[in-house]
This record gives sequence, structure tokens and C-alpha cells, in this order.
Amino acid sequence: MYFLRRLLSLIPLLLVISFLAFVLVRLAPGGPFDRERKPASPEIERQLQAKYRLDQPIWKQYIAYLGDLARGDFGPSLKYRNHTVTDIIAQALPVSLLLGAMAFGFALGVGIPVGYYTAVKRGRWEDYAGSLFSILMVCIPGFVIAPLLVMGFAIHWRLLPVALWASPWHAILPVAALGLFFSGRIARLMREGMLNTMQAEFVTAARAKGLSEHTLLLKHAFRLAVLPVVSYSGPLLADLLTGSFVIETIFQIPGIGIFIVNGSLNRDYTMVVGLVILYATLLVVLNLLVDFLYTLLDPRVKYE
Amino acid sequence: MQIAHRATGKNPLARFFFWRRLPRWSRRVAPIVSSLFILPSSFVLTSCGHREPPANITICNANEPESLDPHIVTGVSEMRITKALFDGLTRLEPRNAAPVPAIAERWDISPDGRTYTFHLRPNAVWSTGEPITSADVVWSWFRALNPATAGDYAGQLFYIKGAEDWYNGKIKEPSQVGIRALDDRTVQVELNSPLAFFLELCSFPTLAVVPRQVIEKHGDRWLHAKPLPTSGAFTLGAWRVNDKVRLLRNPRYWDAANTASEIIDVLPTGSPNTALNLYETGVADIVWDKDLVPSELMDVLGKRPDFHSFTYLGTYFYRFNVTKPPFNDARVRRAFALATDKNRIISKLTKGAERPATHFVPEGVANYSAATAPGFDPDAARRLLAEAGFPGGKGFPRVNYTFFGAAGGGAKLHGKVGIELQQMWRDVLGIAVELRQIERKVFYSSQSKLDYDVSMSSWIGDYNDANTFLDLFTSTSGNNRTGWKSDRYDALIKEANLQTDLQKRAEIFRLAETILIADEAPVVPVYFYAGFNYYNDAKIKGIWQNILDEHPMQYIYKKGRGVKGN
Repeated sequence: MYFLRRLLSLIPLLLVISFLAFVLVRLAPGGPFDRERKPASPEIERQLQAKYRLDQPIWKQYIAYLGDLARGDFGPSLKYRNHTVTDIIAQALPVSLLLGAMAFGFALGVGIPVGYYTAVKRGRWEDYAGSLFSILMVCIPGFVIAPLLVMGFAIHWRLLPVALWASPWHAILPVAALGLFFSGRIARLMREGMLNTMQAEFVTAARAKGLSEHTLLLKHAFRLAVLPVVSYSGPLLADLLTGSFVIETIFQIPGIGIFIVNGSLNRDYTMVVGLVILYATLLVVLNLLVDFLYTLLDPRVKYE
Repeated sequence: MQIAHRATGKNPLARFFFWRRLPRWSRRVAPIVSSLFILPSSFVLTSCGHREPPANITICNANEPESLDPHIVTGVSEMRITKALFDGLTRLEPRNAAPVPAIAERWDISPDGRTYTFHLRPNAVWSTGEPITSADVVWSWFRALNPATAGDYAGQLFYIKGAEDWYNGKIKEPSQVGIRALDDRTVQVELNSPLAFFLELCSFPTLAVVPRQVIEKHGDRWLHAKPLPTSGAFTLGAWRVNDKVRLLRNPRYWDAANTASEIIDVLPTGSPNTALNLYETGVADIVWDKDLVPSELMDVLGKRPDFHSFTYLGTYFYRFNVTKPPFNDARVRRAFALATDKNRIISKLTKGAERPATHFVPEGVANYSAATAPGFDPDAARRLLAEAGFPGGKGFPRVNYTFFGAAGGGAKLHGKVGIELQQMWRDVLGIAVELRQIERKVFYSSQSKLDYDVSMSSWIGDYNDANTFLDLFTSTSGNNRTGWKSDRYDALIKEANLQTDLQKRAEIFRLAETILIADEAPVVPVYFYAGFNYYNDAKIKGIWQNILDEHPMQYIYKKGRGVKGN
């Protein structure tokens, strides 16, 4: 019931967000048809504005837009004029979803064990090595890691393709480049969570009762220690699933991240609003999923 | 040990026991989390399973095409593709980019140079088999002239009698427009005045012949129609956004026998480094956009034998806003021009085959003889500035140099040029110019609104004729963007375009250009662009360098992998 209510509250939220995006992107200076060359006649420009309803007052444009939206139509892209925004989302989003999900898996797969292990081995050399790794990954941005990976694995050793999106082999480098950064963050969250939990009273109590260290840590402590990672996962996954401009550009991957950035640079109004709605929906739904996971992991959490 | 034994045991129940031994919470969470990965991974395995045949040639072209509708496209990279798909009455041959017959096999020109009669090729057919008739040509041109098509380049047809009035709705009767089908195979075109470059214009995408049958049915999304009838040497095999455009040889093309490659992949590459990586690892055969050359590597790349540079039909320059002081005074503008050391910008920044621009129209343009403007002359610059009332730069108002910035590609250069110019003007004239970097769309909007003092600018010609550069600065041109108006200049450009004697015409252009760059100087040319293509000569054939950077794809093939077995 609680989750259903949350899901329903998404509708007014999206209305507000889409309205803000709709107005703000139009308030930004410069327009979609400001280019290096002007058409030969001002009439041509006027026609372009009329074709995309840009000559009408904003509120009229917005109402017409909502009408289209109700029919599931995000409108035509003002930049890619043979495509609708829906066309582009349909082609590019699956690629970003795939890349993002794999990078998310990579980040969790590397980050959680590293974080767990460094916490357990606190103060020993394993801790220092693991923490150095996570600090490095957090500090080095994707546009540095990605070219380094390409240089090593694709150009020097010729093991993997340099770019493009054609086979599972093509996914390895971008997934690693995208996932490494987040694996560092997750490792740090996990280590913190683990250290905090290990000082909790119930852990001491369990230990006093003679529970084996292994059972204690994996079965009881881990479950609570992973909570910060879980709450971080919602926004992280929304971020990863909607693509990365940098990684998609470097590896020439046909994902949605490029459109999010270029859409606003190109003042592609319909594209920007469509993608904002998409991103907001993902974010809300994933946060909801996180809250749901909480109820499973932490018996103290209950929603009415 | 026991657990491990059970888990790997042959009994199917063993797995279940292993499962039971996991903490209870993880048994509930695991399905949710794992479905997040299993779904996409299974998607990878299935979607990557389908294999396309490899392309004969793979080309890195700049950026995802905005459109592949020839009547709408504005960018060079899009036009390269549309020209492979849709022919005009003429097309450009690959060596010198001169117009040669395409859908029209021959034409007659009236003695006054104003009426062209085109005879269409009897074997010209759509890729779907129907004949291409004069009605298709007339319909296509009227579509390009239809305001609802909203093509930026509709103005390319305004040279035709009545076309502009038709576009603006002043004429309602199509028969008053100088485009007529005399019979199934003959199209007659009447121009406002003789036009030295009309045959070349007929190869321009805006004048391409497009398929009425699908456009009327599918509207803006007609390029997604299957099958898509094309009039050019290729058909559209696939168009996946930001992935690739795949071109397939059109076997019904009238000149199909000379189409050298079966499949060409055109990649929308946004980053110069990625383009170079793809090329170096053999994925791409050709990289052919000047924005796809990493400028940091120009010193190294420029010396390689597979790196081909050539004079390009483009000029890098800066504009003055002449509508307000101090640049409403021609002496101030000329002083700035004289203080600009163009050689330094080339040797220090562009480092390629660019040439210092002593005039506005690039070298090598047809129907043109160059005007001259004085070059770098600090003393003369200071004298002029003193005459204008600012000796040694004293009392000069604060002005800005406006440009747009970008993190990568060719646009990185604009900021560097700005810094260099700022330094020259400070050292020579004693003037402090403020650098103002803004976003690209804001930049073009401020340039149009004359919201700047000095503005970085560039222009790539649309066709190989001096007019494509000089008519920018007529007082009615939307691309003038300086506020500068000169009746004499307007009159000269008009006179030149009425002149049928090409030598006399070039002379009139020279007089006009002298006003533009030497006397009035609302603009200062800095350098002429150089174009770059990289490909291995020994392997890739059928590609040549010319001023228009025109490389019809139908001639390009990889040695040993061409259609004709060559």
C-alpha cells in the first residue's frame, strides 16, 4: 500500500519536473536554430519556429506537449529532425541500460568484497592496499582511466577492441572504465559500514555467546553494514543506467548519455524535457526499490 | 568441506541445501539483485549474436547526422552521406569536384544564360525500380521550396525565377515559378539572371531528387521507410543513431557498374582521439573530417604519408560590430587588422597546412582573382589608431573578443586564437581586449543580435565560386552579422552576378573584396582552412583531394575488396 502510494505520487512530481524543465530550457539564451549560417530568408526561420510550435506562448506549447505526452509521444527532436525523441530513446536507452547494469554489477562485485575485506583486516597491510585502491579509483576520473585502459589493453597489447559497440568483447573496457570509479566509492562505503557495525553491541553479544567469527560477520554484521551501499545504489544505478557522456564518447557507444549532454548544448528542447522525465522516473522508481530492499535487510525498518 | 561437497555434488537437491544454508535475508534479496544482472546479460548474449556482414570500407565521419533528408541537411558530414543516397541533375566528379551529368544526361543553355533545359537519362530509376521522371524532379524542387519542409538551405533555389516569391507566398500559381516539366524526360529551369555556378548548384543536396511516393506517406520519418527508394549510388542499409549508417550498393543505379564498393559503413565519431584509435587499429579505413584530427598531434601526424592535407574552401576570420564605437570607425578596424600577425597564429597554433589569409575568398576558388589587403604592419597600425583619436591606445574603451569554447575537437582552437589576438593587440596597439567565452548556441545568437565587439568567425563555402563568400556581407544577408552596410558593395555584388563574361565578373568581385578587406574592413581574414583526410594510399583507392573536400563514396574501394575485383 505504502509503495503504491509512493508510485502514485510520481505523477504530480513528474508534472512539476517536466514543467520546470520545459520552461527552464526555453529560458536559456540561444535557441535550437541559432547556427553559424542563417537561412537565406527570415521567412525560413519563421517557418522552422512555426513547425515546432516555438512561435506560441510557452503555456500553450506546454499544454500541447502534455497532450502528446499522454499519447506516449515525446515529440520530434529539434536537432535530429528525422527522429522523434521516442525513436532515439528506444534505440539508445537499451544500450545505456546494458552498459550501466554491467558497470553496476562490476562496481558492486569489486567494491563490496574489497570494502568487507579491508574492514575485517583493519590496520593490516591488506587494509592499506585495499584502501589505496579505493582512494585511487575515487580520485581518478573516467576520462583518465578510460584512455589508459584503451592504451594498455587495446593499443599496446591489442587484446580488446578500442571502441564501438558490436560484441561482448567491446563491452569489457567501457564496463571497467565506468565501474572502477564506483567500485572505489562502494568499497569505502562498505568498509565504513562494516567498521561501524562491528563495534555494535549485538556483535559483541554474539561474540560473547561464542558464535563463530565467520557466521557472525557474514550472517549478522554484513547485513547491516551493506545498508549504506544499498541506499547509495539507487541514485548510482539511475546515474549508470542513463549513460555516461564521457565513456560513451571515448568508446563511441550509441547510448543515451551523449544525448543528455548534447541535447542541452544544442537546445534540443524536446530531447532535454523527454530525457529529464525519463531520468526522474528512473530515479524515483529505483529509490523506491531501495526502500523496499531496506525492509528486507533491516528488520527495524517498516513502512505503513 | 561437507558444504562444499554438497554444493558440487551430483544430487540436484544439493544446490538447494546450499541455498538453505545462506542467511535468510540474502535468500530474499538475491532474486531481486541477480535479476538486475541476469536480464541484461542475457540481452547481451542474444543481441550481440546477430552478425552483419563486414563492410568493404569503414569511414569515420564527424558526429551523428542531424538528418539524412537532403533538403534539410546543413552540415558537410551529413551532405557526404545524402549525396551517396540521392543524386541531383548533376553530381561532382571525384578529382576536381567539377559538375558532371547525373540524373540529367545532357543539357542546353540558352544564349542569355538564363534558361537551362535538362534531358533526363532514360535509364535513371529509383532503387525500387520505378523510373525517375521530370515530374519527380519538379516535385522535389517544389518540396525544397515548400516552407513546411523548413529546410535551412531553401535559399539555394531562390536563383530560380519566382522561387523566392513562391516561398514567401507572394505567388500562388506554380506555373509562375521557373521550374517546368516539358515532357517525361525534360525539365526546363528559368533563372532570375545568368549564374556561373548553376550546374554545380544542381549537385547540391537541396536540389537533389527525392522519392515523392514515401515522403507523402511517411512525413518527417520518411527515411525510416522500408524499402526506401533512393536515386543515388547507394541505398540505406541501416541507420542506427550514434552507431553507424550503412550504405549498400544500389544495383539499379544508372552508373552501378562503376560503384566500387558493395558495403560502406559511416561511423559518427565525435572524438578525434577515438577516430585516430579506430584508424590505427585498422577498424576504420578513412578519417575525413578536419575536426577529427587531434590538434595536439598535428606535428607528428602532419608528416605521415597517409595524412593528406589540401586547401579547403573555408576562411577563419573575425568580425567587428560596426554599429557602435569604437569599431564604427574604419580606421580603428584597419588598425586592428594591421596589428594581426597571421603567420604567428598558423605557426604557433594551427600547425597544419593552413595559409595566412591576405584576402577573404580562399585561394583556388573558381571565377575569382584575389584582392589584396596590407599585411602585418605595426607602425601603420599605430598611426591609424592615433589618427582615430587613440594614440598608443589611450582612452580606448573596454571591448571584448567573443568566441565559443568546447572541450574537444576543432573548437578548442578558438580560445587559443583569442589569446593570441589579445596579446598582439596589446603589444602593438596598447589596447586591452577582454576575452569572452560563451556557449555555442549563445554565441550564434549574440552574433546575430550584434551583442559583441569583436567576434571569432569562420565560413565554409557552399559551392566553388567567389559569390559564396562575398555575398555574405551584402546589407540584406542574414549572415552579415556585422551591422556593416555599403551601397557600393551591394551594387558591385549584384553587378557581378549579372555579368556573363567570367573574367569581367571576377574583376568586379575583386573591386568589391577590396572594399571589404582593405578600405572598410568590417571583417579581417586570418587564415584559410586546410582540409585533412587520413587513409593509406596503398590500400584505399578512388579518393582524391579537392577544394570542396568532395569525395563521392561510389568511387572509393579497398584494394582487393572492390566490387570489380580490383
